[in-house]
Amino acid sequence: MSSRIERTASISRAPVSQRGHVVPVSADPEAIGGTVSVTIDGIEAKVPLGTTILDAARALGLKIPTLCHHPDLEVAGVCRICVVEVEGQRTLQAACAFPITSPIRVQTHTRKVRQARRRILDLMLSKHVGECYTCFRNLNCELQTLAKEYGVDFFRFGHEAARRHQVDDSSYSVRRDMDKCILCRRCVRTCIDLQEVGVLEAVGRSDGTRIATFLDKPLNDVVCINCGQCINRCPTAALGAMDPTDDVWIDINDPKKHVVIQTAPAPRAAIGECFGLPPGTPLTFEMNTAMKTIGFDRVFDTNFTADLTIIEEGTELLLRLHEALVQKKDVALPQFTSCSPGWVKYLEHFYPEMIPNLSTAKSPQQMFGALIKTFYAQKAGIDPASIVACALMPCSAKKYECNRPEMCDSGHKDVDYGLVTRELGQMFHEAGIDLPKMPKGSFDDPFGTATGSGVIFGATGGVMEAAIRTVVELVTGLKIEDVFAHADVLPVRGFDGVRYVELPIPAIGEVPDLLKMNKGLPFSDWKWLEGAVLKVAVCHGTANAKRVVEDIKAGGTFSKCHFIEFMACPGGCLGGGGMPIPTSPEIRAARAKAIYAEDASYEIRKAHENPAVIRLYQEFLTDGPCGEKSHHLLHTHYTPRGKYIA
Amino acid sequence: MLVTERLRLHDDIGAWVAKHGATRAALIPVLQEIQRSYNEISEYAMQEVADRLDIHPVEVYSVVSFYSFLEAKARGRFVIRLCRTVSCDMTGKDRVARQLENDLGIRFGETTRDGNFSLEWANCLGMCDQGPALLINDQVFTSVTPETVHDLIQACRKSFGPLAVQGQKGRTH
Ligand code: SF4
Ligand code: SF4
Ligand code: SF4
Ligand code: FES
Ligand code: FES
Repeated sequence: MSSRIERTASISRAPVSQRGHVVPVSADPEAIGGTVSVTIDGIEAKVPLGTTILDAARALGLKIPTLCHHPDLEVAGVCRICVVEVEGQRTLQAACAFPITSPIRVQTHTRKVRQARRRILDLMLSKHVGECYTCFRNLNCELQTLAKEYGVDFFRFGHEAARRHQVDDSSYSVRRDMDKCILCRRCVRTCIDLQEVGVLEAVGRSDGTRIATFLDKPLNDVVCINCGQCINRCPTAALGAMDPTDDVWIDINDPKKHVVIQTAPAPRAAIGECFGLPPGTPLTFEMNTAMKTIGFDRVFDTNFTADLTIIEEGTELLLRLHEALVQKKDVALPQFTSCSPGWVKYLEHFYPEMIPNLSTAKSPQQMFGALIKTFYAQKAGIDPASIVACALMPCSAKKYECNRPEMCDSGHKDVDYGLVTRELGQMFHEAGIDLPKMPKGSFDDPFGTATGSGVIFGATGGVMEAAIRTVVELVTGLKIEDVFAHADVLPVRGFDGVRYVELPIPAIGEVPDLLKMNKGLPFSDWKWLEGAVLKVAVCHGTANAKRVVEDIKAGGTFSKCHFIEFMACPGGCLGGGGMPIPTSPEIRAARAKAIYAEDASYEIRKAHENPAVIRLYQEFLTDGPCGEKSHHLLHTHYTPRGKYIA
Repeated sequence: MLVTERLRLHDDIGAWVAKHGATRAALIPVLQEIQRSYNEISEYAMQEVADRLDIHPVEVYSVVSFYSFLEAKARGRFVIRLCRTVSCDMTGKDRVARQLENDLGIRFGETTRDGNFSLEWANCLGMCDQGPALLINDQVFTSVTPETVHDLIQACRKSFGPLAVQGQKGRTH
C-alpha cells in the first residue's frame, strides 16, 4: 500500500502475539475470497479482504474524521475520533483499525456516532492549554478543524488555563509544547517506526500519560537527530520548529546589516502550499522577488554550493578510490554523503565507528555560509561582520547544523539563521505578499543562476544523480546524454527505500583541467579506472539508512559500494521537517515531480558546467577541488557522540 | 554509580537476558529481575536492557513508568502499599493509614530518611473480604488494624530482607 512504499522492512515493534490479528490485504483481488462486500452509508462496494473501514469509506468518497491515523504510519487506533457504527457490534468501532473480513454494514454519521465524536473532542479540549489565535497552527490544525466541523461551541468539560508542562525549547530545531498534545502518538510512531531513532514514547499512565523523552530529559540531551519528521506529522502545535523570524526581521530592519539569503531547492516546490496552491507548484522566481520585497539585500541559489558539493565530494571519492585501488591503502569505503545534517547526527550517535566513511565535504548550506563571509564579502567590499547570512531550507536539522560550534571557518558564524519553508511563508503573509501573484525575479550574482544538478538535491537520489552526471563526464570524457537519455539517471530516482545501482565505466578520457588545478592529485590519467564498475546506492529515511549501515557492517551487498547517498527524511529534502504541513506519499510525489520538471527545464544540468563554480575555482579556490583552501572553508570534521545518555 | 557496581549490573543483565531471551517479550521479566535484585531500575540499567533487546531506552522508560512495581529510583527497603479501594476504605483503611504515617513519620508517597520504609497507595489487592489489606514488598497482609501496623513495622525493623516479616501477626498469603 502507498503508506509502506518508502519502507523496506516490516515493523517489528509489536510482539508477534499482537501482530497475529492483522489481516493482510489480499494481493490478488480476483482470487476466491480475495474480496468482501461492504455497505457504508447505504453504498455497496466490494473491497479487498482486510481493507479497513476507513480506507473503504475514503475510496467511496465518504469522509470519516481521523486524528491518530496517518498515511505514513502504522495503525494505532488510540484517539477513537473515527468511530462508526457496525451492524451487529455492540460498541462503536474505530474505522481506521477495523479490517473488513466478512460482509458488514456500516453507518458513519449516526447520532450516536456524532455524539461520541463530540465527547471525544470535548475531552481533548478539556486538557488543551492555549488559544488558537496565538498558535502557529492556527487555521492549519487538525484539532481546531474538527472542533469546528463538529460544532464545538463551549467547553463541556472545562478548558485548562494553567500550564501543566514546561515548553522544551532546549533544541536548536524542535520545540515541544506538551500542553497542546492530544496524545495521538503520531510522533512516537514517526520517531520509532518510521525513523527508528526512538526519542519519544508515551510515559506514565492514565491521566498522567505524557509524551516524553528518555527520563524526561531535554530534547537537546537525547539522541534526537532534529529531522523534524515528528513536527510534520503532529496534528496540533504540540511540536513545532524553533522559529528565528523575529530576529531575522530585526536584522532586515537594521540598515547597518547586509542581509542575504540562500535558498535550497526543495522549498520552491512546496511554498505554494502555504498559499493554498496544490503541492508541486514551483514558485522559484516569484520567491526571489518576494524575498527582495520584504527586505533581503541579496538572494542566492543554494544550487551553486550544491554543484560545488558535487565537485568536492566527487573529487574526494576519486581520491579515496585511488588510495584503495592503486596505493592499496586501508581507506574507508563506501563514502557516505554528508549533506543531510539529520543523517550526520544519526551516524554520530548510532554508528560513530563509521564516521571515517562520511565525506568531509560540508553540506551546501554550510559551504555557502563560509563563502558568503569570505569570497562574497571580499568581492562586494562588505565587512563580513555586518553580513547576516540566512538560509531558506526544507529542514529543521539545518537550524541545528548552522549552530554546530565548528561551523565558523569564515572567522564568523558561517550561517546565522536557518529558516524553513513554513517560516518564510509566514514572513510573506506578514508582509502582505501574495506569492503566486509576484513577478518573476532572478538570483543574484556572483553565484549565478539555477542549475538542474543542484535542483535535484531536493529529492532522494538527486545527489547521486548529480554526482553520476559529473563523475561520468569527468572520467570518461563522454557526454552523459550518450550514457543516459536526456541526462536522466532514472535508476537512482523513485521512492523505494533503498536503491542499488551498478554503473560500468564505459571508457576513460583525459583528467580535466578543473581537477588538474589541484597540484597535489596523486594521478594524472584515468588508466587505473579502466573497466571499473562504479557501485552506488541511495536510501532515505533513517530506518532505511540503518538497514544499509547494518548490511555494510555484516559485509553484505552495500559493503561493496563505492558511494552511498543518505537522506534522513523520507523522500529526501522535499519531505523535510520544515516543509508545509501536512505530508503524505502523494504530496511528496507531487513535489518530486516539480523538482524533476525544473531540472529538465534548465540549460545547465551538470555541476562541473556551472560557470559560477568554475569562476570560483579560478578566482578564489585556486588550488582546485579538495585543495588546501577548499579544505579550510568547505570541509569539516565530525563528533563521535554514541547513543548512551549520561 | 561505582564502576564495580556498574560492571556487576552489566553482567547480571547479560545473564538475565540470556535466561529470558533477547527479544522484546523478555523486557518485563528482565526488568523484574533487576527490580528484585537492585531495588531500582537505574538510568544505566534501562539503557543496557534496551541495547541488549534491540529496542530504544525511551521504550524501556515508558514501561518502567507505567508499572508501579517497577521503579526508576530506589524507594525504601520495605515498600508498604495500603489498599485504598472501596471495600478496604469501608473497613477502616483511614485509621490504618494514619497509624502508618505516625509510626514512620512520613506521609504517603514518601520514604523515611534512613531509606528503610516507603509508603504508597495501592488499588484493590483482591482481598476485599478481608480488608483493610496492605502489601509489604511482595507479601499481602489482611485485616490489618492500627495495632497490627505497629507489630508489622517492628518485625520489618528487626531484620532486613523481604521475607523478614514472615510468621508475624496478620495473615500472610
Ligand atoms: S494546537 Fe490547534 S486547537 Fe490548539 S491552540 Fe493551536 S490551533 Fe488551536
Ligand atoms: S526530530 Fe526526528 S529524531 Fe527528533 S524526536 Fe522528532 S522524529 Fe525523533
Ligand atoms: S506531540 Fe503531537 S504527534 Fe505527538 S502525541 Fe502529542 S499531539 Fe500527537
Ligand atoms: S483515527 Fe482511528 S482511532 Fe484515531
Ligand atoms: S478493596 Fe482493598 S483489597 Fe479489594
